[in-house]
Amino acid sequence: MNEQSVGKIRAGEIPSMPPAQGLPATPMARQIIEHGTLRTKMDATPTPRKVMGAIGLLVFLAVNAAIAYVVIDGRLDGRWYDIRDLGVGVGELREWLSDEGAPAWVEYWATGIIGGVGILSVLGGWLLIGSWVERRVIALFQIRRGPNRHGPFGLLQPLADAIKLIQKEVLVPRGADRFLYFLPPVLIFIPAMLGWGPVPWAKNMAYVDINVGLLYTVAISSLAVIAVFIAGWSSNNHYALLGAMRTVAMMICYEIPVSLALLTVVLLTGSLQLSEIVAWQASHNVWLIFIVPFAAFTYLFSSTAEINRTPNDIAEAESEIVAGFHTEYSGMKAGLFLAVEMGNALLIGALMATFFMGGYTLFGLEEWVPGYLILLGKTTAMYLVFVWLRATLPRFRLDQLMGYAWKFLIPLAILQVFVVAIEASIFARWDVPGVVSLTLFAVVNLAITAALVRGWAQAIGYSPKGGAGAMPLLATVTGGLKAAERMRAAG
Amino acid sequence: MESTGIVVAFWVLSALTIGAGLAVFLSRNLVHAIMFLILAFLGMAGLFVTLSADFIAVAQVLIYAGAISVLLVFAVMLTPLASRDNANSLYVVPGVLAGLALAAIVGFVAFEADWAALSGAAADQRASGATIEVIGDLLIGRYVLAFEIASILLLFALLGAIVLVHERTEPAVEVEPGAAGGELARESREPA
Amino acid sequence: MSVELGHYLAVSGIVFGIGVAVALSKRNAIAVLMGVELMLNAVNLTLLSFSRFSTAFGPDDEPLTGHVFVVFVLTVAAAEAAVALAMAVLVYRRRETVDLDRINLLRW
Repeated sequence: MNEQSVGKIRAGEIPSMPPAQGLPATPMARQIIEHGTLRTKMDATPTPRKVMGAIGLLVFLAVNAAIAYVVIDGRLDGRWYDIRDLGVGVGELREWLSDEGAPAWVEYWATGIIGGVGILSVLGGWLLIGSWVERRVIALFQIRRGPNRHGPFGLLQPLADAIKLIQKEVLVPRGADRFLYFLPPVLIFIPAMLGWGPVPWAKNMAYVDINVGLLYTVAISSLAVIAVFIAGWSSNNHYALLGAMRTVAMMICYEIPVSLALLTVVLLTGSLQLSEIVAWQASHNVWLIFIVPFAAFTYLFSSTAEINRTPNDIAEAESEIVAGFHTEYSGMKAGLFLAVEMGNALLIGALMATFFMGGYTLFGLEEWVPGYLILLGKTTAMYLVFVWLRATLPRFRLDQLMGYAWKFLIPLAILQVFVVAIEASIFARWDVPGVVSLTLFAVVNLAITAALVRGWAQAIGYSPKGGAGAMPLLATVTGGLKAAERMRAAG
Repeated sequence: MESTGIVVAFWVLSALTIGAGLAVFLSRNLVHAIMFLILAFLGMAGLFVTLSADFIAVAQVLIYAGAISVLLVFAVMLTPLASRDNANSLYVVPGVLAGLALAAIVGFVAFEADWAALSGAAADQRASGATIEVIGDLLIGRYVLAFEIASILLLFALLGAIVLVHERTEPAVEVEPGAAGGELARESREPA
Repeated sequence: MSVELGHYLAVSGIVFGIGVAVALSKRNAIAVLMGVELMLNAVNLTLLSFSRFSTAFGPDDEPLTGHVFVVFVLTVAAAEAAVALAMAVLVYRRRETVDLDRINLLRW
């Protein structure tokens, strides 16, 4: 066993050789050969600490539920007006105000400001914790420790980062458009905050439960591109402009799959109101991700493209264009861009949970646990999925990403809309029990999706490795045999 | 419309819209003009909200501020050698005069006509937000023909834009006569 | 103090006038298109305010017809923007300018 053959060891095909001479020197490779896999930090954690962690989590949940029960005082039966009614305290403030004879707008604005500040502070804390969680989890993925110097487990690292960023000097590049240059770090916060408006946190607990909430979220998320473009254009930097134009192109491409994916949600639930969508899923005891899996995938993927998360973050690809549209920003201005990036990930997680994963409901558990904790949990789970994607997937190339939207996602999403429309009309007209028809729809949709994904991939020229190498159908029909053969030869 | 909030919102939003429109005319830089145009679109969407047209307001944000402004940005970026100074042409005086005259005429009509015959108490009954079901019913009910024509129009606009901007390139492979698809390639090789 | 139909019509007229001025007096083709978009927006405001305020309807009329008209105007505006900007880019490719004062030949 010489060095060369040891170097060829791959994951999954570990040769059954004696762990003797000729072993590679690195500890990682030795671990793989000894244990069949890498020992992660979790495995190394002693059992008592795991038990302590689990008990701590349970205590946290119980305390939260108790606080919620005491504060809300059994108001989960739908008598909450909206989030401006955060708890009995605000409710009593409202009653006191109206007893004192204050006009309605005073009551409205006072409670509204309390609710808004509440949401903002919750989100701010979440951002701080989220950045710590992201770095620690990615460190777990990469078998290193992550931030661990400031405070217990490095929990104060986000604060240290913020202080560092605030202390740094804010530079303005020469030749920059000074007026427009100072706007984007503020402007980009507006859509990231406004997007939280219609998200229902519990029954009757949305900030603005508007009638067209779904369209509103799409429209608001399309506004962020303006701030990104201003940032890139006003910096007087080629990399920044390239990043901005990439973002604008991405926005044009991925707005369409997002809309088509959400259209299936509207077709099934028959409403554009987010609380109605959640209520439909709760009353039918199903998550839409099971009925329309392809739409859920399309929404997830396209949203990562719109908010510049890592598999699709070509707008700020570090290896190609220095930092994309915010290359020239320094100090807290750059920090604001980073914070908004994370806040957008949380927002998309919450919207994904609301549209496709039952929102604040969890198959009856929402009677016992306050809804906002359930939504918080689902959003955190989606956020961890984003972190997982970031740690796992490499970055797409620009043309790959555009081609994926136009050639793959959009045609299949249109077909999905047709199929779901037929199913929705069946569902509306025939008197089939919901359990039967929805199960049937889920199975049929899964089968259709699998068949279409495979069929369409072959139609546009993909041939599976080791297969017979069927002619790319679309190229054969439209582009000629020669082109088809070249495509097949190219693989 | 007795609510104070609506009145305040109307005055603020109309001032914003008109100011942003004037800034589109007056700004010295084309990209600044586009940014002010987006501001005017957003102010207009706010005015739509005060008219309790929620669906149209959201569609305005989505289409104008989200899509058309992005198209304008793209057009500016795709014409790099053109001037960016938002300059006036020779027709500036007649243009401004025509704009002033139109605004004056419409304003005169707006304030002098007796709208009391039109506006009344019944208007507040449909001030509720549920417009989208009615719009949907109308679109695929009474106005279904116009709806279909509009979709055909959009399709043709899409095709037209692609055909206009598409650059003909020489095909990379030579095609033997008689092979399938040869006709297509030969056509595209002919000089335009 | 209340806001009536006339106020909205006046705002709409002013924005329409600004749009006319921009469309007639700008030199860049893209700026002219921006003026046209402003005019379309003003028309939308007029349609919506009539739909909101007027009550002079027949028995068969639907008060939200104005909204449907606005939907069509939005459609046409999107189509017009796409085609017009494509034409601007095409003209730029041939002439390296989108300056309307210099695009004065019938053929080139």
